[in-house]
Amino acid sequence: MRARVIVRLKPAVLDPQGEAIERALQGLGFSGVKNVRVGKLIELDVEGDAGLVKAELAAMADKLLANPVIEDYQVEVAR
Amino acid sequence: MKTAVARLKDTDLTAVEHAREMGLDDAEFARAQQVLGRVPNKVELGCFAAMWSEHCSYKSSRTHLRRLPTTGPRVLVGPGENAGVVDVGEGWAVAFKVESHNHPSYIEPYQGAATGVGGILRDVFTMGARPIAAMNLLRFGRPEHPKTPALLSGVVKGIGGYGNCFGVPTVYSSTDFDARYDGNILVNAFALGVLRSDAIWKGTASGVGNPVMYVGAKTGRDGIHGATMASDSFSEGEEQDRPTVQVGDPFKEKLLMEACMALFAAAPESGGLLVGIQDMGAAGLTSSSFEMASRAGSGVRIDLDRVPTRERGMSAYELMLSESQERMLLVAKRGCEEAVRAIFATWDLDCVVIGAVTDDGMVRLVKGGAEVGVLPARALADDAPRYQRPTAAAPAEGEPRAPLGRVGPTVRAHVTSPSLAPKSWIYRQYDREVGAGTLLDGTRAPAALVRIPGTHRAVAMALCCVGRWCSADPREGARRAVIEGVLRTSCVGALPIGATDCLNYGNPRVPEVMGSFVEGVEGIREACLALDVPVVSGNVSLYNATDDRAIHPTPAVGVVGLVEDFRPALPRDAQTGDTVALLGWPAQGTSLDLGRVRRLAELVRELRVAGAHVDAQPVLEGGLSAALVELARRAGTGLFANLPAGTDVTDALLSEDGVGAVVVVPPDRLQLVHERAQRAEVPLEVLGALGGHQVAVAQQGTQGGAPLFEWDTEALFAELEAVVPRIAQGARP
Repeated sequence: MRARVIVRLKPAVLDPQGEAIERALQGLGFSGVKNVRVGKLIELDVEGDAGLVKAELAAMADKLLANPVIEDYQVEVAR
Repeated sequence: MKTAVARLKDTDLTAVEHAREMGLDDAEFARAQQVLGRVPNKVELGCFAAMWSEHCSYKSSRTHLRRLPTTGPRVLVGPGENAGVVDVGEGWAVAFKVESHNHPSYIEPYQGAATGVGGILRDVFTMGARPIAAMNLLRFGRPEHPKTPALLSGVVKGIGGYGNCFGVPTVYSSTDFDARYDGNILVNAFALGVLRSDAIWKGTASGVGNPVMYVGAKTGRDGIHGATMASDSFSEGEEQDRPTVQVGDPFKEKLLMEACMALFAAAPESGGLLVGIQDMGAAGLTSSSFEMASRAGSGVRIDLDRVPTRERGMSAYELMLSESQERMLLVAKRGCEEAVRAIFATWDLDCVVIGAVTDDGMVRLVKGGAEVGVLPARALADDAPRYQRPTAAAPAEGEPRAPLGRVGPTVRAHVTSPSLAPKSWIYRQYDREVGAGTLLDGTRAPAALVRIPGTHRAVAMALCCVGRWCSADPREGARRAVIEGVLRTSCVGALPIGATDCLNYGNPRVPEVMGSFVEGVEGIREACLALDVPVVSGNVSLYNATDDRAIHPTPAVGVVGLVEDFRPALPRDAQTGDTVALLGWPAQGTSLDLGRVRRLAELVRELRVAGAHVDAQPVLEGGLSAALVELARRAGTGLFANLPAGTDVTDALLSEDGVGAVVVVPPDRLQLVHERAQRAEVPLEVLGALGGHQVAVAQQGTQGGAPLFEWDTEALFAELEAVVPRIAQGARP
């Protein structure tokens, strides 16, 4: 089944990339833009029972896909 | 004045439990109560805990650090400010300091190391100096430890990432691997900047009514409790519970630096816009405000509602203890607020008046119109507790030498060990040339040499320490860190003019650790006095231990030297046909003779300035064999050395207990070297020459003069260069 892992910087962590995008957007005239945060989306096919797959994806995120010191992640499995 | 200060909030904990949680012991909590004459609230406790942490107060080390020599004719600013400043002539001065970022780099190697670089750069440009060089000393666990590859790669990328983007050349790196750093790596970052000797800025908050201004990045909830974290040991498996580390933004720091430079130079006709400035480093707004007020004997009133934030709903406690990066606190002259703000606006940076200087000696924190904390500046800063902790002699831990087999294989294994192998893989990730002032970096010379812009003067620098020497003998190990720095800088023709130290030790409450700390300070003192090098800045990092196993005592010493005219000292590179000669004395016991070190340093410096040698390497860590291999590697040629008869050959090649340096001499300068060495009464032994496709060593009268070993250079250099990348890739040896 298709699964997605969304990785975001924790809310307290500075996001220089997000700030750069925010400034650039404002520079282009999109004046209403605020609080830009950049994360990443990882899509993958995994086999197995949906519940087990979720636990496995969480383990993957903890070990490799996310940096738990500065990032949070969210796991989604397609039904 | 009566104040109604907000009471402790989290009522499920008593104040003393809060205090313990923040790292204050019960006696310190009692002292805090005595200082205030009442029970501190949570914000105030947070300020006490940060200011009285080991990291900010130097409470265990201060009484000992006073023994270091800190003055000299060239010293313009000694320890106690953001960085030390030393005069280099022609109206120029250099500001420099080394600082640790060990714990954050272990938790999050990239950002930990990067923000370590950011912090030390701010310390330097806060003094008014434009950074022109950076160095680092890195200590990782054993190569085969499962965490070592990620830590090595992350730290090196982090240092490169920050320094390269900011635009400071990273010119020297000392890296070693040892099981004693398995759970507690060391990341010590050094920065050096240039400034006019009559334009030095300090962190002082004087002049009642002057505005206190906040400049730079916005404040978030990052790194809260960093200072107290730096004053605590780790347990394995505990890393996840640590507070969020900071993320740095080198481009913002570059803007901040340029804005500060513009501010320093503004309105010269009226004596400038600025009174004092300080980096918000460890313990952020707390340390900067208390220290600036304490230095000036003044007070400050800070309106926390005016602090620019990037998160909503930050409490007073969080605002005071956040360690968000790229921020500064400054005190401007009254009436100059607009001019200051205009400068920072040019660089797209926040600049806000958040308070004013007062005369009552108190730091008053205001939020929502009410005082949420009222604390005497001096009692928390300069009058922080000081401890004379019990000391005990540390048991000497000599690392047993590997049993010696046949000379060739033994020496080959030795020079290709991770400690001695070249660190080119690390250097390649650093921009060593940005700014176009780099004359020599650590891959090409025993010390880095960087030009003072617009002059023919240059400063040499090296950052040194061999931890296992300090475990074997804490005093001698520390002396050797100074000796190595002095010899390395002298080898490129520089006169050592100042030093900075980063004293990395374990838990100071363990008497043996405290004992080795005191011995280390004593060792630095002896060597600096004998070699005429004042210590102008520094940093202490304690609690470097995992599960009660302390690191090697590691007093990293950065030595800075001056070359008054670099042109004659850099006639050409070493090349085939140059003579290889050993200057100095062989091993005579493990304690190096400082008088001899001084004579040798003077001689190699004088010879270099006269263009009489084109490369040189002190004989220290790794002994003569390491020096010979390094010189061959740097020249990219083979080398033949014929050792004098009668000495034990393994001793001659491996001993680290002599005072010596190998020099590479152009043939037409050999006579000059002979004369000068004789005049200086330093023994000279011509060993051989550079050239050919082999590194070969023989001994007169042994095996009929046939080489003891001869190594093909191509294979040798390839093997040497592969060592560090292999560790980074996690390949098992």
